[in-house]
Amino acid sequence: MSKHHVSSVINGEPVEFLCEPQQTLLDCLRDELHLTGSKEGCGSGDCGACTVIVDGNIVCSCLMLGVEAEGRTVLTVEGVAEGEKLHPVQQKFLEHAALQCGFCTPGFIVAAKALLDENKNPTEEETRYWLAGNLCRCTGYDKIVRAVLDAAAVMRGENPPSPAT
Amino acid sequence: MPRVSYTAPTSIDDAVKALAASAGVAKALSGGTDLLVQLKSGRVRPEVIVDTKRIPGLIGIREEGDKFVIGAATPGIMISADERLTRAYPGIVEGVDLIGSTQIQGRCSIAGNLCNASPAADSVPPVIAARATAVVVGPNGRREVPVENIVTGPGQTSLQKGEFVVEFRIPKPLPRQSDAYLRFIPRTEMDIAVVGCAVNVVLDAGGTCTEARVVLGAVAPTQVIVEEAAQALIGHKLDDDTLKRLDSAARAACRPISDKRGTIEYRIKVAGVLARRAAAIAFDRAASRA
Ligand SMILES: Cc1cc2nc3c(=O)[nH]c(=O)nc-3n(C[C@H](O)[C@H](O)[C@H](O)COP(=O)(O)OP(=O)(O)OC[C@H]3O[C@@H](n4cnc5c(N)ncnc54)[C@H](O)[C@@H]3O)c2cc1C
Ligand code: FES
Ligand code: FES
Repeated sequence: MSKHHVSSVINGEPVEFLCEPQQTLLDCLRDELHLTGSKEGCGSGDCGACTVIVDGNIVCSCLMLGVEAEGRTVLTVEGVAEGEKLHPVQQKFLEHAALQCGFCTPGFIVAAKALLDENKNPTEEETRYWLAGNLCRCTGYDKIVRAVLDAAAVMRGENPPSPAT
Repeated sequence: MPRVSYTAPTSIDDAVKALAASAGVAKALSGGTDLLVQLKSGRVRPEVIVDTKRIPGLIGIREEGDKFVIGAATPGIMISADERLTRAYPGIVEGVDLIGSTQIQGRCSIAGNLCNASPAADSVPPVIAARATAVVVGPNGRREVPVENIVTGPGQTSLQKGEFVVEFRIPKPLPRQSDAYLRFIPRTEMDIAVVGCAVNVVLDAGGTCTEARVVLGAVAPTQVIVEEAAQALIGHKLDDDTLKRLDSAARAACRPISDKRGTIEYRIKVAGVLARRAAAIAFDRAASRA
C-alpha cells in the first residue's frame, strides 16, 4: 500500500512527512520525525504518556492516525518550552520533583499546559479530573498536582514560594 | 498494526462509494478511540478506513427549526462546550462528558460510541431518551431511523454495507422537559459503566409528569427502553410510591451479565437506584425550566 504524504504544522514549524496509513501519529512523531518526547505507555488511550495538542485540544497520539494530521497544527512536549526558557509547568515540575522515572512526564506537561491555556485558575479538583487520563506509576500524583497549581499561580503573575526540598 | 488503506473523502457521496466499493471490511472513522484500539489488537481487520471528519457537517452542532442537529463525528469537547445543548439536554451532555479522559474527549463522538455497539456506551441512553434519530446514508440513499434501532447486539448494528451515520437529529425540548444521565462505576473516573440510566421527562405546570422515557445501559445486550418505568412516572409527581414503582420497573427490565465490575444481582439493584436518582434530577431540572 502506498505511503501518504502529510503536511502539518508541528511545534510551530511546517513539517512534511511520509507515512503508512496504519501508522499512528505517535509512530510518525517518534519514528519518522524523531520527536521522541511523546512516549508510548499503553498504546490504547489509557495512560496519556503520548498526549499532544492537536488544533488546541489534547488527544492521545497513539489513537490518532498520522494521516489524520494532514493540515492540522500539532504541539508536542518538544514545543512547550520557548527556546531555552522552560514553561512554568516544566519549571514547577523540577522544583517540586514531580517526577521519578519521568516516563509519564511529557504527557503530564502537555496536558497541564493545555489546562492552563484555557483555565487560568483551576481548582485542585478540576486539575485532578483534567489529568485523570494521565497515569503515573511513581509519584503518587500529589507533587504533580502541586506543581500544576503553582505553575498556574506563576502564570497569573503571583509568586508562590518554592517548595521546601 | 496490520496494513490498511485510508481515505478522507470530502463529500457524503464519496464516503458512501469508498465504504461500498471495498471487497473486504470497510470502517468509518470518527474519533478513532474505539477503532484504533481494535485495529491494534486485531479485533477488526478492515481493508479500508474512511475518515468522515472532512465531510462538511460531520463536525458541528446546528439548529434546524425544532431540531438540534449534531454532526456524527462531533467530538465530546465540542458538545460539552455548546451552551444550547447544555441548557436543552444536560443529560445528553452528561453522558457524552463521561466518555473517557480529557484526551478521549478531544476525539470521541456519539456516532462512534453508538456504532461501536457496546451495551455500556455512555452517550447512548440519554440520546435515545431524547427520542433522537440518526440520519443514515448509503448506496440506497438516505434514511432517518430512531437511534434505538441502530444497535442490535454487542458489537452489532443494523447498518448495511456502505452505510454510515451522518448526523443525529434531536427534537428541541418542550418548556418543562429535561433529562439526566447517571452511571455507576466502582471509582470516580475512567471506568466502564456497571449500569447507566437516562431519564427524560415532560412535566405539566403543576409538576405532574406527562411524558417520560427511561433508558438503561450495561444491563442487557443493547440499551433498553423501559416502557413500564415510563408508565410508572406518567401521570404522577415524584412521590415515594412513584419512585418505588419506577425502581421495580427498572429492575425488572435488566438482563445483565456478571463480570469483574458487578454481579447480576448487583447490577439489577443498582439499576433501580440509578433510575430513582436520575428521575429526581430530571424532574428538578424540568420544573426549573418552566
Ligand atoms: C481510555 C478510554 C476510555 C474510554 N471510556 C469510555 C467511557 O467511559 N464510556 C464510553 O461509553 N466509552 C468509553 N470509551 C470508548 C470510546 O471512547 C467511545 O465509545 C467513543 O465515543 C467512540 O467514538 P469515536 O468517535 O472515537 O469512534 P471510532 O473509534 O471512530 O469508531 C467506533 C466504531 O464506530 C464506527 N463508526 C464511527 N463513526 C461512524 C459513523 N459516522 N457511522 C457509522 N459507523 C461509525 C467505527 O467504524 C467503529 O466501528 C473509552 C475509550 C478509551 C480509549
Ligand atoms: S500510549 Fe497513548 S494513552 Fe498510553
Ligand atoms: S514518574 Fe514514573 S510514571 Fe510518572
